[in-house]
Amino acid sequence: MTTDSPSEKRLEELREQAWKDGVVPGKGVDVAGGPIPRKPGYYGQPVVKPPVWTWQVPLYFFFGGIAGMSAVIATGAVLFHHVDLARAAMWIAAIAGAVLSPILLIMDLGRPLLFLNMLRVFKHRSAMSMGAWILSAFGACAVPGLIALELHARQIFPGALDQLLRVAAGILIFGSAIFGTLLATYTGVLIGATAIPAWFLHRTLLPIHFGTAGLGSAAGLLELLGHRIPALNFLGFYAAGVETALLIWLSVDKHGVADRAIHEHGSGWLIRISEVLTGPVAFGLRFFSFVPFAAISFLLGALVSRVGWIVVGKVSGSDPESVFAAERY
Amino acid sequence: MIGEGIQSTNQRKHSYVQDRVEVGFFTDPSVCIGCKACEVACKEWNQVPDDGFTWSGNSYDNTGHLGASTWRHVMFLEQDRAKGDQIAGPMSLDEDPFRWVFLSDVCKHCEEAGCLEACPTGSIVRTEVGSVLVQNDVCNGCGYCVVSCPFGVIDRRPEPLHDAGGAFKCTFCYDRQKSGLVPACAKVCPTESIVFGRLDDLRARGAERVQQLKQSGYNDAQVYDPTETSVRGIHAFFLILGEPEAYGLPPKPQIPTIYLKSAWSSAFATAIASIIATLAAFAFCS
Repeated sequence: MTTDSPSEKRLEELREQAWKDGVVPGKGVDVAGGPIPRKPGYYGQPVVKPPVWTWQVPLYFFFGGIAGMSAVIATGAVLFHHVDLARAAMWIAAIAGAVLSPILLIMDLGRPLLFLNMLRVFKHRSAMSMGAWILSAFGACAVPGLIALELHARQIFPGALDQLLRVAAGILIFGSAIFGTLLATYTGVLIGATAIPAWFLHRTLLPIHFGTAGLGSAAGLLELLGHRIPALNFLGFYAAGVETALLIWLSVDKHGVADRAIHEHGSGWLIRISEVLTGPVAFGLRFFSFVPFAAISFLLGALVSRVGWIVVGKVSGSDPESVFAAERY
Repeated sequence: MIGEGIQSTNQRKHSYVQDRVEVGFFTDPSVCIGCKACEVACKEWNQVPDDGFTWSGNSYDNTGHLGASTWRHVMFLEQDRAKGDQIAGPMSLDEDPFRWVFLSDVCKHCEEAGCLEACPTGSIVRTEVGSVLVQNDVCNGCGYCVVSCPFGVIDRRPEPLHDAGGAFKCTFCYDRQKSGLVPACAKVCPTESIVFGRLDDLRARGAERVQQLKQSGYNDAQVYDPTETSVRGIHAFFLILGEPEAYGLPPKPQIPTIYLKSAWSSAFATAIASIIATLAAFAFCS
């Protein structure tokens, strides 16, 4: 082998770099006292396991939030005699909450065929168990609630039976609203009560954010479907206002290394973009009466935010220094 | 103990499961020789699939970390510190101290187990001997235990491995223990760096060993057993030299259920606020 072969040149390069910088970064054996920088913890290995969840979970958070809060809007609409709005809201609740959400959740399971095992036990100390029961109860209220409402609205049955349907629809829609608020907010508890530092440090903010994002998304989607009424506009303002406040909260309540996944890297950008879209941008557009654009901005932000929080979990869970910092905090 | 032969707690038959005695592992790196017999024994007995043959470049450790298909993991730490008094005298490398530490990591079988609390199917249970066991035929692979373990032990096994989709971790060789046998890793450990036995005996033994080591100049020897945190102690505890962080062990592990109260309070408050906002919207804006 001659001295000008590529491998020999590479060694020459390394020698020059070592001479010049004192350190040669790159893959290789990590030796104590060697020239390669040591990684935090045990060779930089994650201390906790990052979530294994894939794209279905953030999408489920998004649709679950819309479904749950649509049922709340439906209750308001029924009470204040906006029958068409109530019907549209219950359709959204039933499709997003009783069809899309279960499908997405089952798709994410490692063993989808065993999904019914979710209802084997009732564990109040497991947010996942509570979520499975909340979603089931929501579906059990929203689907018959929608059917009763539609039958009543179309006057299919005469007289007393129709009155019975009216009462049944009212009770079932109210039931879906109660479970709906939990469906939209429990997802914040689900990821807040874990060992992932960026998540558990913000366990108080997450349910507020997810619930409010659900409410704003539901109102925005109904507006995009043509229900342009002041009540929904008010809810749009309310949600965008709360999200703006949460944006400020998140930028003040920083935990340094422990939650840096929220403020740095690509995951930080996802959170930032989503907060701006759901907060100030949606609020501003609504203020200047660009209602459909405000609705689109909020929906987009709400979707990006769910993706963002899952990505934050992956980044934060893979970062040993975040775990150490959070525990020393 | 070594020298007790077949009378050692690592070799003799027992009836801990039948007697409902709390058992544990005490893993002591000061006598570990890094042979990885525990890893091999675990894989062979439990028929755990291989999860790839990759070169990590991290000392002699190509296993990496515990996971769905790695239930014992021998760590290789290269530290620029003197080990103890044994490198004394004219050969001492005072200028350039170096020590090599091997530690066989394993599921901690927490007193308050995050995975067990998180499991929505009831697949994860506490056994008679106090260990935490995943019932593989019940697990539907929701992945919630993975983010609920403060030690990053349990994981979902990916495709295309055997039994993919479910969550797996150390079983404490519950099947062997039911038959009065010692867990495979402890049985094969040639130096009894891994000791299996009654938890109370092991705890006493761990404290004693720390004292011994300190007298021999291992000033940073300590027992790693987070009894002061919400985990309330672990059944597979360790002796470590130096700080837990160097072993990738969390210094103050917490069970995530302690976060439930504040998170649910926030969720309920948001639920009520959303209902009030919606009713107000319809009442005042119609």
